[in-house]
Amino acid sequence: MTARRILLAATVATLFALPALAAGDVGQLEKQPVNLSAIGMFIAFVVMTLGITYWAASRTRSTSDFYTAGGGITGFQNGLAIAGDYMSAATLLGLSSLVFAKGYDGFVYTISFFVGWPIILFLLAERLRNLGHFTFADIASYRLDQGKIRTFAAIGSLTVVCFYLIVQMVGAGQLIKLLFGLDYNVAVVVVGVLMVVYVTFGGMIATTWVQIIKAVLLLGGGVLLAFLALSRFGFSLEAIAKSAIASHKDGVKIMGPGTLLADPVSAVSLSLGLLFGTAALPHIMMRFFTVPNAREARKSVFYASGFIGFFFLIVCVLGMAAITIVGTDPQFFEGGKVGGKLIGGGNMPVMHLAKALGGDLFLGFLSAVAFATILAVVSGLALAGASAIAHDLYARVIRKGEATEREEMRVSKIASLVLGVLAVVLGIAFEKQNVAFLVGLTFGVAASVNFPVLILSMYWKGLTTRGALAGGIAGLISAVTLVILSNAVWVVVLNNPAPIFPYEQPALFSMTLAFIVTIIVSKLDSSASARAEREAFDDQFVRSQTGIGAAAAAKH
Amino acid sequence: MHSPANTPVYERVRRNPKFHELVRQRSRLALVLSAIVLVGYYAFMMVVAFAPGLLHQPMSNESSLSVGFPIGAAIIILSWLLTGVYSHFANGRFQDLTDEITRETLQ
Repeated sequence: MTARRILLAATVATLFALPALAAGDVGQLEKQPVNLSAIGMFIAFVVMTLGITYWAASRTRSTSDFYTAGGGITGFQNGLAIAGDYMSAATLLGLSSLVFAKGYDGFVYTISFFVGWPIILFLLAERLRNLGHFTFADIASYRLDQGKIRTFAAIGSLTVVCFYLIVQMVGAGQLIKLLFGLDYNVAVVVVGVLMVVYVTFGGMIATTWVQIIKAVLLLGGGVLLAFLALSRFGFSLEAIAKSAIASHKDGVKIMGPGTLLADPVSAVSLSLGLLFGTAALPHIMMRFFTVPNAREARKSVFYASGFIGFFFLIVCVLGMAAITIVGTDPQFFEGGKVGGKLIGGGNMPVMHLAKALGGDLFLGFLSAVAFATILAVVSGLALAGASAIAHDLYARVIRKGEATEREEMRVSKIASLVLGVLAVVLGIAFEKQNVAFLVGLTFGVAASVNFPVLILSMYWKGLTTRGALAGGIAGLISAVTLVILSNAVWVVVLNNPAPIFPYEQPALFSMTLAFIVTIIVSKLDSSASARAEREAFDDQFVRSQTGIGAAAAAKH
Repeated sequence: MHSPANTPVYERVRRNPKFHELVRQRSRLALVLSAIVLVGYYAFMMVVAFAPGLLHQPMSNESSLSVGFPIGAAIIILSWLLTGVYSHFANGRFQDLTDEITRETLQ
């Protein structure tokens, strides 16, 4: 995830707010000279992944192959792919730059990004695998009204997918302009075209392998960079800390919590949004359907959290080392003024660190990895979006399960093409916009709309269709309203002097409201269908615990 | 995939005492481990918000590193190890029990 996800809303906010804030500035994001080594390495990545897509295409015959790689991914492979989903470009750049700028506060953010994983394993992973087939809506609508709840869950998924696609596309365009010296529009079109090719031809098999390769490259690059950084300090963390205190303008204050998280309500809301928003991102949930059984699903989370935790710790070491290596070197500051503006903006410390320690070649490598990372994430998103359209809306709701595999496959391919075009158009349309609010929306909507229905349908017998719909709508409206009233939209986009809603992430309030409304409306629902839905819980419960009746996985 | 209520197969599972044993034990493990992670994490966040000085203290007199760093790293590493604990039991003893229940039910 990736956040894909896991950019903390704030990190993401930093990552994407900086370019936008700087837009009026003297060319902070000016196109850089064309970086040939970066482009060369990226082309090598693309050639390799296209080869994999070609191979995957020959193995993608059924809808099950297309959506879930036929359930034939092992726990270890899926763990790497989940880690790949979570370790986004924003994680590498955003978290390391937070540590670079704020010291220990950045580390606290990193921890907050991490702790959701064990909870996902303990409470969700095996039930997701045992109940789900292709999409999150399969689970939400398992014993509720197929038409209504499936449509609502699919719309929730598509909303999250679209917001997050825009964030990624704008980020890709800005980053590539900066790192590769390519035109913004060119970058967005390249990302869109490759994404459609991977997804349409290679489906989940190609998407998974793109994610795995990228995760390995990112982990390898991070470890190598940390090794080079540590070698500068005689492999002593103590020496890095001592030198960082001497180099940072805040001195010894960077060794403990500062002002960034002084407000507990803000911190809790942010961590809830990250925790449960991540768990309910459609492309992350989809990963649990790619393994053959609950046993492999649990293993995936164990491996994934190991890789993610390790990578996060490394990212923090990189941030601390950059305080000295990048923070005191005039070549990385505009006009050579140490302590002024970093060249390329606030998210660049780790890139500058690569250049300082490994020269242009290593910088090129890391830039190529960052591009590959974005590509892998958008592919996962496009696949999740295509499955919501083709499997949920087309095959189940419109055709009521009468569509043939061929027809469903055709619709899913058309859907990924449409999503690709949409992503490129929106990416270009939002070029000059500050998209930080979309990150708040993505996680806020996932946590307040998708998560309550997901968890209650699995854990609470009393949930009914009316309750789920009412709660979902309450969550959607409150999450969107609170984001509009928050700093990211009310002040930054609408130019009001002060935000009405003082926190960045609405989850604490909108998610709580969604739960309360869902529970009250379900309790008051005395319809005949509600009774049938409650009775169906017992069977669903047996299946969620044992996997009896879950679709058998293909042998790969 | 939409099963009618009270399918005989599921009814048989529910009558199997091993099923209730499985659910009780595995849910307890999941709840205890979740509680450890969440209580640990939110306790840490409360210290960050209300008593940041505690984390500022150096690890020893000459040390530049504060105690906050090993504590933070420990939260990440321990919660990862707990995913290992859960996977060990869930994929070992509990999975065997699940397989047994499945076998007995589908016979």
